[in-house]
Amino acid sequence: MRFTKLVAAAVLGVGLCFSQAMAKEMNVGFVYVSPIGDAGWSYAHDMGRQALEKMDGVTTSYVEAVAEGPDSERVMLNMARKGYDVIFATSFGYMDPMLKVAKQFPETIFMHCSGFKTADNMGNYFGRMYQARYLSGMVAGAMTKSNTIGYVAAFPIPEVIRGINAFTLGAQAMNPDVTVRVVWTKTWYDPATEKEAAKSLLDVGADVIAQHQDSPGPQEAAQEKGVYSIGYNSDMSQFAPDAHLTAPIWNWGPFYIETIKQVQAGTWKAGSSWPGLADGIVDLSPMSDMVPKEVQDKVMAKKAAIIAGEKVFVGPIKDQKGMEKVAAGSSMSDGDMLGMTWFVQGVIGTTE
Amino acid sequence: MSAIRIVKRQEPLGWSSFFVLVAAIVLSLLLSAVILVIGGTPPVEGITVLFKGAFGSRFAFEDALLKATPIFLCSLGVALAFKLKVWNIGAEGQYALGAVGATWMALSFPNAPAWLLLPAMIAMAVAAGGVWGFIPALLRQKLKTNEIIVTLMMNYIAILFLDYLVYGIWKDPASFGFPMTAEFSEAAIVGRIGATNFSWGLVHCLFLGVLFWVFISFSRIGFEIKASGDNVRAARYAGIPYDRLVMLVMALSGALAGWAGFLEASSTVNRLQPSIMAGYGYTAIVVAWLARLNPLFIGIASFMLAGLRVGVEGLQLDLQVPAAFGGIIEGLILLTVLAGGLFSNYRMVWVRKKT
Repeated sequence: MRFTKLVAAAVLGVGLCFSQAMAKEMNVGFVYVSPIGDAGWSYAHDMGRQALEKMDGVTTSYVEAVAEGPDSERVMLNMARKGYDVIFATSFGYMDPMLKVAKQFPETIFMHCSGFKTADNMGNYFGRMYQARYLSGMVAGAMTKSNTIGYVAAFPIPEVIRGINAFTLGAQAMNPDVTVRVVWTKTWYDPATEKEAAKSLLDVGADVIAQHQDSPGPQEAAQEKGVYSIGYNSDMSQFAPDAHLTAPIWNWGPFYIETIKQVQAGTWKAGSSWPGLADGIVDLSPMSDMVPKEVQDKVMAKKAAIIAGEKVFVGPIKDQKGMEKVAAGSSMSDGDMLGMTWFVQGVIGTTE
Repeated sequence: MSAIRIVKRQEPLGWSSFFVLVAAIVLSLLLSAVILVIGGTPPVEGITVLFKGAFGSRFAFEDALLKATPIFLCSLGVALAFKLKVWNIGAEGQYALGAVGATWMALSFPNAPAWLLLPAMIAMAVAAGGVWGFIPALLRQKLKTNEIIVTLMMNYIAILFLDYLVYGIWKDPASFGFPMTAEFSEAAIVGRIGATNFSWGLVHCLFLGVLFWVFISFSRIGFEIKASGDNVRAARYAGIPYDRLVMLVMALSGALAGWAGFLEASSTVNRLQPSIMAGYGYTAIVVAWLARLNPLFIGIASFMLAGLRVGVEGLQLDLQVPAAFGGIIEGLILLTVLAGGLFSNYRMVWVRKKT
């Protein structure tokens, strides 16, 4: 009898704690792969976090420069143990560690950026960056004189490959003779390596440098050589004022606020969301004055069209060998885009 | 006029060197506290959070031990080579190949039972890491190449080879093109001890650490290693087969790093993916020197360093101290401890100069 009473008291106590926790501040943790001072990927996410911090009843914190793999698992475990209610992890390699942690903490909500696995308490999200990449490709294609654009890219994974393909299609829309040369750095954040990679592209005649990297290293290389550049993640014009034409950028704030509102209202459900230009999660930073007015107009017209529902990967699209991958008149499905492992015609480089 | 002269001690400092070590660590913590103050963080709270996060709970303890495992084994490996004064900077690459070897077995025999598969994975990891250590030794003794350069460059080859496999032929078809192998079968995973969160890898570490100590202290080859490390010419004169010794030691050194690669792939990551390369092979060199190549101290130092890295995450989360602070503390500790070594081997003498 006494035992049952004890158990009942304990259950009641735990219940009370929970109801109190509901009324309490909501703790939201972020795991970043690079330092937030990178002006890039993690910086953009951290801007979103800061927007969240301004919400009532929300406290945020983060751990930066967390290596993918076992280190990230430990960081997320510790957040969950410390009672964080929602955890956002913003790099692909955090997916499996997050899944492991999510199974151990069914009460905590987990959100993974850029992956594909989900659980009852783990959703994933990403933005259709390829839409903004297409627009930035249009700018690059219009501005190149050597018809060679250099693209410093991190890892040959679908996200990056999709971006390169969209960028190339955009460039070809303005200039059919353009080729895009890709160099892999195998790192997300390494300013020196990225800058060197950009220089190697300049040496083979590229006169516009684009990047899928988290540091402004490639921008600096372009600035020093006196050629144009396309940034990424955030407006990088301060690092290369004479080179920077525009940048496809992230704007995570509205998405994070919306997610937390859903959690607060109890309507959050694990799923996959992939918003795009129309939702404002990705955008094109203001174009430099160096971009002629008529080019700017064309880009803005295309942007409006994409927001209105136009697709980017519309056939006919051929791969590097000339094989038709998307037939004329049809467009790629989300599934095909998420698993893209081949380059479109006009890209010079391999996906290995 | 007076001046300080530095005089070499006849006898190295015995137990007092322990106090030098403690003083060095305290000094580095004081300096870290100063940096915390400059950054606007309350220093006492900061250091407390750091230690709590590193060693203050069972979770922290488990996490630090888990992270210490690969560092310990790699460090044991490089320490063996360093005892012979052969500079193996290649633990990173040997670790990578160890992970590759173990993965090869795990992927080739997904249906094999654990009692067969785990030994096969260890054997292949040890062989792969060992060969990667043996090659630079062979080149060093036959072609007089510099082992520092060769081991360092072979790291890049090994890591790129790992990338090639993971981005290419070993890529999991179900991974949407992302670079990782399929998850290992249950039988290929070194699990946790009972209901605890401690990995069986700890037992591997204990076993190999004791083996290392016995090998160095009591075996004939262990004696030859120490003798040759102290003086190569004397060793050759005494008839020690130095060339063969170098090759053996480098192979064993690589094998230990390879074992670390096996444990990390099997126990911690459960598959092969590029992020398995976290720089443990380089951290191992720091640890080996901090511990003066003693296996027990290597254990302690790798646990401390792992704990520090774990603790810094808590510091970030609770007080939003930048990640770079961890690197700064690590550097400070290394600097003060190594500088403290001066006091163990030398003493300061005040000299009054007559004018």
